Amino acid sequence: MEMPIPNAAVLNKKAHVVRRLSKVLPSGSVISEEHETRAYECDALTAYRCSPMIAVLPENTQQVSDILRICHEEGVPVVPRGSGTSLAGGAMPTADCVILGVAKLNDVLETDYDNRLIRVQSGRTNLSVSGAVEEDDFFYAPDPSSQLACAIAGNIAMNSGGAHCLKYGVTTNNLMGVTMVMMDGEVVEIGGSHLDSAGLDLLGLICGSEGQLGVVTEATLRILHKPVGARPILIAFDENEVAGACVADIIKAGVLPVAMEFMDRLCIETSENFAKAGYPNAEALLIIEVEGSELEIEEQLTKIITIAEKHNPVELRQSNSPEESAKIWLGRKSAFGAIGQISDYMCLDGTIPVSELPYVLRRIGEISKEYGLRVGNVFHAGDGNMHPLILFDANKPGDLELCEKMGAEILRLCVEVGGCLTGEHGVGVEKRDLMFDQYSHADIEAQLNVKDVFDPKWLLNGAKVFPLIATEDRRAA
Amino acid sequence: MITPQTENEVSEFLANTDKSVRIVGGGTRQGLGNYVEPEVKLSTSGLTGITLLEPAALTLVVRAGTPLVEVQEALAAENQQLPFEPMDHTSLLGTQGVSTIGGVVACNISGSRRIQTGACRDSLIGVRFVDGMGTIVKNGGRVMKNVTGYDLVKLMAGSYGTLGVMTELSFKLLPKPEASATITLHGLSDTDGIAALCRALGSPNDVNGAAHLDGKTFIRIEGFKGSIAYRSEALKSLFSELEVTVETNLNNNSKLWKSVGDVDIFAKIKTSIWRLSVKPTKGPEIVEHLHNAGIELEAQYDWGGGLVYLSVADDINIRDYLVEMQGHATLVRGNGGGAAAMPIQNKLVTEIEAGLRAKFDPREVLNKGIMG
Repeated sequence: MEMPIPNAAVLNKKAHVVRRLSKVLPSGSVISEEHETRAYECDALTAYRCSPMIAVLPENTQQVSDILRICHEEGVPVVPRGSGTSLAGGAMPTADCVILGVAKLNDVLETDYDNRLIRVQSGRTNLSVSGAVEEDDFFYAPDPSSQLACAIAGNIAMNSGGAHCLKYGVTTNNLMGVTMVMMDGEVVEIGGSHLDSAGLDLLGLICGSEGQLGVVTEATLRILHKPVGARPILIAFDENEVAGACVADIIKAGVLPVAMEFMDRLCIETSENFAKAGYPNAEALLIIEVEGSELEIEEQLTKIITIAEKHNPVELRQSNSPEESAKIWLGRKSAFGAIGQISDYMCLDGTIPVSELPYVLRRIGEISKEYGLRVGNVFHAGDGNMHPLILFDANKPGDLELCEKMGAEILRLCVEVGGCLTGEHGVGVEKRDLMFDQYSHADIEAQLNVKDVFDPKWLLNGAKVFPLIATEDRRAA
Repeated sequence: MITPQTENEVSEFLANTDKSVRIVGGGTRQGLGNYVEPEVKLSTSGLTGITLLEPAALTLVVRAGTPLVEVQEALAAENQQLPFEPMDHTSLLGTQGVSTIGGVVACNISGSRRIQTGACRDSLIGVRFVDGMGTIVKNGGRVMKNVTGYDLVKLMAGSYGTLGVMTELSFKLLPKPEASATITLHGLSDTDGIAALCRALGSPNDVNGAAHLDGKTFIRIEGFKGSIAYRSEALKSLFSELEVTVETNLNNNSKLWKSVGDVDIFAKIKTSIWRLSVKPTKGPEIVEHLHNAGIELEAQYDWGGGLVYLSVADDINIRDYLVEMQGHATLVRGNGGGAAAMPIQNKLVTEIEAGLRAKFDPREVLNKGIMG
């Protein structure tokens, strides 16, 4: 992975920068010894590592402001970091950077059930936001699968999704306001407890900007009352095409399940061997979950079953108890871990128009044969977000590179059929060099212009999202 | 008036003009925003037609000049709809014409269902536009989960044509409901009405309309028949101490909520009309504050209290009385005591916005001054 050459002038003034940062931060919040900074050498994209020059762990917005002002004055690059769960290398350091970790910013600042909102510091984990309102039967809807660990700051940076976004939307649809520190240390309030923006939609622009426009320290999030109940159904088919047609018919009939998950044969078999959820022997499997009261669940499931039966499923398994529901979900929830048991894997994240599923799966099969690497497919069928898992051997020289090349080809396929490179993981460093496959130079230039406004010196996470060649002049200026 | 027939013609025109340009859709929302007389008008009426409608993927791609009504009819034929219920401004603003989908997006027009399914900007998943230099730019696409690069889609929604001329738009759709119910609570004050709406919205009943006007408090639910029957009862039981009526006729409900969305109660009144976006529970507090300051006014609340329309005498600028308000006030119609139409922003936000405009439209040719 190509990263910018570390700036020698910056590396040379490390001691000076550490001294300045130590003056504005409590002791223990500035980490500069090499054996300690190594803890920040990578995020969940573990294939690439680089220790930062310094790591800092501020405790409030003022300290974040002080850090950024100092780094701005000294010309030191800054990489913001939530919990480090990015699969795209969004928090991967450069050797000359300050890692700004928000982990100590984890308080709940305000809970307001009348107005259905919660205000939290951005280092709080996704699941603990729901945890703070759970006793009162409320929840925060976006549920990325790393929700136990991932921070709201990272969710905002990547505009994270989850399994339930067909009904509830992704982060940007549930974010009402932020307190953000600009690279020069200025603090800006955007949005708040009201529903729409006064001028340009800066909140929408910031969400998903991968920590390149500012450092979010506080966020106002929409919370909702929990549904009365939820129940999944499992439907298996002997052809991918048929599973795809069934999904299409369910949506056309006006049913909007809260989740529709698809698994292919490799994933079904691997997760079955691992989790013993009793999954059938089939080519394709759908897990569809609906929500509501008992009566509403029955009403939706009846419609789904009627549609599914027209497609001659090999198995249609309803749940009669919470235990059976858990068993239906067990295999799907174990899928990534199960694949991880048998092989190293790379998880892709492209989105495709749902109608292209059969074609895309066929092409992925062909690409897989061509490269000699196996692929399992897990897919959020309602919204078109695919997670092909490419199996490779990290200890075999050249296999990672081969896998990456194959992954790029699959992502190009997603773009070619009208989809995109990343549905919920973000671009980071991982998909940076594929951006011109999706966007023209003019499209990219419009985005770079936005960063110029927020961070004219290109100090904030500048080596991410865009091909280095496209940002070279700006970073050097 | 120039009327380009293609995106390329828009691009060619903008690349070669130094005149100030006003973008015109159907003209139904003329009067929204601050007005500056343009040197030339650019109509989007040559950029029409649905380019893709895929009901099984809940996806629509449409050219920006397409009349909204054409979009709605095409979706209705598939039993689907735009989720965000855009209001019709003609009766409130006294305008004529046919609203275009591009105009809806440019002003981020979102109706009662906004509290559940989001605003126009939440359903918009892709955009093509021509910036002030004539450069054609695309962002987003036709899939609903997409985090590839910055989200300029959101930025374009509600930018009132100041960043570019939008040429093509993609939306995420929703099924049309099979059934609906409006639960009406009678006899509540503004404060009690909004408190009731907060209770309903904080229950697990998926309320997607929550308005208070004319002494009535309206709660709407939509979905399958059995579910509506169940949730109607659940909501009624929340308010068993009140006089409650329930309407389940789809047509009647759609008329009622259209009249709420279009703010029909103020259509015939000749005053200034203000639109406030605030924290829902703040809505009635602000109205009471204005009353106490001796200002005569009438109020309609939507979005559970968070969207307040006020009818106020022409010589009063209510911003003078709402200094500490979190949220913002827009002058929709009338003189408003000489106030600027668009909300006043803090200094840093104003600088960021000016910086963005300078990048997208460095020669300041597009809808100059409309947002302040």
